Amino acid sequence: MYAFEYARPSSIAEASALLKANPEAKLLAGGQTLLPAMKLRLASPSDLVDLGGLADMRGIAVKDGALVIGAMTTHAAIAESADVAATVPGFAAVAEGIGDPHVRNRGTIGGSLANNDPSADYPAAVLALGASIVTNTRTLSADDFITGLFSTALEDGEIITAISIPAPQSFIYVKMPNPASRFALVGVAVARAAGGVRVAVTGAGGDGAYRWSEAETALAANFSPAALDGIKADPAMMIADLHAAADYRAHLVGVIARRAVAG
Amino acid sequence: MTTVTLKVNGQSVTADVDPRTLLVDFLRQNLQLTGTHVGCDTSQCGACTVHVDGRAIKSCTALAVSCNGCEVTTIEGLSAGDGLHPMQEAFREHHALQCGFCTPGMIMAAVDIVNRKGTALDEHTIREQLEGNLCRCTGYHNIVRAVQTGAAAMAETRQAAE
Amino acid sequence: MTDQGIGASVKRKEDLRFITGNGRYVDDINRPGQSYAVFVRSPHAHARIKGIDMSAAKAAPGVLGIFTGDDLARDKVGGLICGWMIHSKDGTPMKAGPHPALAQGKVRYVGDHVAVVIAETLNQARDAAELVSVDYEPLAAVVDLGAAQAAGQPQVHDEAPANTVYQWHLGDKDATDAAFAKAAHVTKIDLVNNRLVPNAMEPRAAIGEYDFGADSFTLYTTSQNPHVARLVLSAFIGIAPENKLRVIAPDVGGGFGSKIFIYAEETVCVWASRKVRRPVKWTADRSEAFLADAHGRDHLTTAELALDADGNALALRAKTKANLGAYLSTFASSVPTYLYAPLLSGQYNIPAIYCEVDGVYTTTTPVDAYRGAGRPEATFVVERLMEVAARETGRDPAEFRRKNFIRAFPHQTPVIMAYDAGDYEACLDKALEMADMKGFAQRKAASAKAGKLRGVGYSAYIEACGIAPSRAVGSLGAGVGLWESAEMRVNPIGTVEVLTGSHSHGQGHETTFAQVVSSKLGIPIDQVTIVHGDTDKVQMGMGTYGSRSGAVGASAIVKAADKVIAKGKRVAAACMEVPEDSVDFAEGSFSARGTNKKMTFGEVALQAYVAHKFDSEEIEPGLKEGSFYDPKNFTFPSGVHVAEIEIDMETGVTRIDRWTAVDDFGILINPMIVEGQVHGGIAQGVGQAMLEGAVYNSDGQLVTGSFMDYCMPRADDVPSFNVAMSSTPCPSNPLGVKGCGEAGAIAAPAALINAITDALGHEDIAMPATPQAVWRAIQKMPRKQAAE
Repeated sequence: MYAFEYARPSSIAEASALLKANPEAKLLAGGQTLLPAMKLRLASPSDLVDLGGLADMRGIAVKDGALVIGAMTTHAAIAESADVAATVPGFAAVAEGIGDPHVRNRGTIGGSLANNDPSADYPAAVLALGASIVTNTRTLSADDFITGLFSTALEDGEIITAISIPAPQSFIYVKMPNPASRFALVGVAVARAAGGVRVAVTGAGGDGAYRWSEAETALAANFSPAALDGIKADPAMMIADLHAAADYRAHLVGVIARRAVAG
Repeated sequence: MTTVTLKVNGQSVTADVDPRTLLVDFLRQNLQLTGTHVGCDTSQCGACTVHVDGRAIKSCTALAVSCNGCEVTTIEGLSAGDGLHPMQEAFREHHALQCGFCTPGMIMAAVDIVNRKGTALDEHTIREQLEGNLCRCTGYHNIVRAVQTGAAAMAETRQAAE
Repeated sequence: MTDQGIGASVKRKEDLRFITGNGRYVDDINRPGQSYAVFVRSPHAHARIKGIDMSAAKAAPGVLGIFTGDDLARDKVGGLICGWMIHSKDGTPMKAGPHPALAQGKVRYVGDHVAVVIAETLNQARDAAELVSVDYEPLAAVVDLGAAQAAGQPQVHDEAPANTVYQWHLGDKDATDAAFAKAAHVTKIDLVNNRLVPNAMEPRAAIGEYDFGADSFTLYTTSQNPHVARLVLSAFIGIAPENKLRVIAPDVGGGFGSKIFIYAEETVCVWASRKVRRPVKWTADRSEAFLADAHGRDHLTTAELALDADGNALALRAKTKANLGAYLSTFASSVPTYLYAPLLSGQYNIPAIYCEVDGVYTTTTPVDAYRGAGRPEATFVVERLMEVAARETGRDPAEFRRKNFIRAFPHQTPVIMAYDAGDYEACLDKALEMADMKGFAQRKAASAKAGKLRGVGYSAYIEACGIAPSRAVGSLGAGVGLWESAEMRVNPIGTVEVLTGSHSHGQGHETTFAQVVSSKLGIPIDQVTIVHGDTDKVQMGMGTYGSRSGAVGASAIVKAADKVIAKGKRVAAACMEVPEDSVDFAEGSFSARGTNKKMTFGEVALQAYVAHKFDSEEIEPGLKEGSFYDPKNFTFPSGVHVAEIEIDMETGVTRIDRWTAVDDFGILINPMIVEGQVHGGIAQGVGQAMLEGAVYNSDGQLVTGSFMDYCMPRADDVPSFNVAMSSTPCPSNPLGVKGCGEAGAIAAPAALINAITDALGHEDIAMPATPQAVWRAIQKMPRKQAAE
């Protein structure tokens, strides 16, 4: 790890000011991605702004029928939450499937979304659920928030404070894990809500998590696995790596999506 | 340098550390608690597993300064008295260790599983919940038996304490 | 006898320190004033070093020294060695390039050692290492084993034209060809034995320390064989004479072969400790371990089996290319030759065998022994051939094996080995019953109903372990003897310290060796302390690898105990005033036949030291005996493993449904520990077959350089194992034991691939059979079966 300055602000405003003042500063949430990257010297922030002291960024509540999760809430807390189980049980399953128990005890939803790893689980989930990403300055739809590979709409000094998820009629996320890293080789999230069916895919898209509109259209007409039979993900759009070439990934998108629809 | 104060195995410790000091390095270097091991640099092997405020975490993926004010339990502090914790006893009873390197992390993970999932654990749950801990020696067979037995023994200990 | 002796599943003595966090591994040791070493490693697979600019690094805070290959050369530090000479079939000795501990002029794999930076703190050493500026002229990489010998390929070493270290062979070519010529059926297969990264959970580490007062070095190192390390560092590398070099291998967190070898890092740390006048510590990151620990396997093989019309094996022919990496590691040359081809007879009567092996340099991490070392590769060849031959000729794979089993012992194979004992049918019968093969058809039908494929695969393996006798291995090219030593120091009150040249890094010697002593001397195991891993305590030894510690190391203890008992009889006879030949020793007591005179072992020990009751000119005082034991033969463990798997046809995900293992390890010293060895071996074999594989890209970069991409078996990747034993005692050592440490890793890959190919209905899949590989293989299934 390279040397850095450490700060542990006591307010979001202070954290934001620190970020703005130091262009090479990074926020430290759970650190489960950032710290390994720093250890391998792949990341070299000048400053680490530790959000661990901000208790009001932690916690889960149900407000106006929506699930509101503080950005610093751990995956484990989400997986174990009665509120989550009552409103979006499938989202608890998403959290329970991330990393391993120790990572879930430390990693946070805000940190994961800000990183927007193309193989992470939350991006597909928030896209499918039509969630809102609440920051210290504004509220973004998940569609607007996620802009590409490891990239988000977050601006300098902007900090995710909470994620708001409108309760769907149904939601399920199914993932085929990478055998080694256990990140999603392909993960598909399917949500049904008043606005229709939303399908999002992670792990597979070359540009990161994405909405699969053909599947959404097909499922809107007929919400059954068979509705997806004729639809194929385009291998040209897929990530290709050691663990899954593009054609295999494209095939898996269909398989996993059908399984998600089947429940 | 940043000041960090932790309660480690019941003892309060304060030190000035370089902020990049990982919790595991603080435990191993500053406190000479070398039972917590480092087996990888990508947060996967779990040899460094300790409990922070009662939850298992990977101490190689946490800054010591981030744990300021926390209670940390390591393998050295798992058993309150001179005797062994029921999970330690179960690991010995079932030959759930060979080279011993992954063992402290494995035992800390096992106790965490019981804390989260209860004392009646089936094989599937144990195997799934051990996802964050690698062992190259045992093939996991005896570790699974040990966790099952240790969990049941923890139930007895808890019952006796009530 | 005590109830803690041979055959008892005694709980391990070493466990208490490990489960309480009190183990003492190298990285747990800190020496006063220690400094930290970080190696500057090559980012290129193959490059010429045009210059190294160290000026910025030398000026960095905390830097105590920066050294390169030139510094080692100036101090006349020799290169790393390969200790087994192989001769090609034309009689010429193998062609090896030099292997400097720090590169001289050229780097030959990503991770190759270019320089070492030593600083006050680890962070300072890391920071300074980044400031070392190396001017590389990149050269083309040689990565593809199949093409590395072709004309026009870049040369890894000038000494080895066509990147060929040797072209070796074993067996009778003419007899084999003749048998093939008259065969009714020939089965031919092409196999890839995938490259593996050992990944013991404890990364390698070393601390070198020079004592100016005593003019001597101490090296703490993660070694399976500290005495071999001292021998090589003294006699070949020239660090210091043996009496000025102490090597300590304390608790070691797994080895699996990778900690046999003498590497650059410990060589440099011990040498540099004198240069910087400070202890020098180095601990590998896992990322470094991936690059710099010797890898395992990596063979390309074409193999053929000739059968007569009745299905009797007539001959076996194999041609193998073995990737040795960029340099020859300590035992690299022997693994694909003498540890491989002599096992190609398997459990079968095969009248003629001929094997050719090319050892090949590539610009990749050196390849050497990894759990099983040559024998898994041989078993994979034999057991894939047997399975495919059975399928091709319409025979039941289990019965086809049975038909060809060796039944009479001793059995001389056409490839060196003389099997001394075994009962292969006993293992097979037991395995078939335990695996419930009668219920397989029903289970397969149930799987099919659920849209899944189910398959079963056998692996009837044999291994040769013990790796001895010394004279025999010497005649095959080994640079050292492969005996083992033991010294038994009986204390005046009858407690015993046993010094052994074997090294335990997970095997449980502190318990099993104490059990052997308990059986021999009739004392409880807590009165026995096993001392190992320190060259200042144990005089000499050969260490632990090749499943040799039971057969060779424990046998040496038996020999030493026999001498202690013989001496004790003389002391007891004098004390009891009876003739020596009337003294018997049993159950911990010396008794005089025909009298009621009796002395306990402890009483005799005390009298040996008090020395009042015998004439010291006839009997020397004291009770301490040593032994160097060289066995008569290898030992030949064998067994049958049965894997049953189920495949999800849509995803290719393969689940191991059940695993049956019946192994013959002869006499078991501690069944609990033996079963644990089997479990661990199977998991590593499962890893090889389904999960693990080191992959280089065409530039020679290791793509699978961390646990994020190199898939280690986790708890949910393997099932519980159904393990049982069958026993034919080994006649070649006094304990009747065979080796058990590698069996699982040897047996498992063939069992799994046989099961997967059984499910698929075709043979076209290579290891590791990942979900993607299996899915691709499903696409090649015959249409009819796929639809079933």
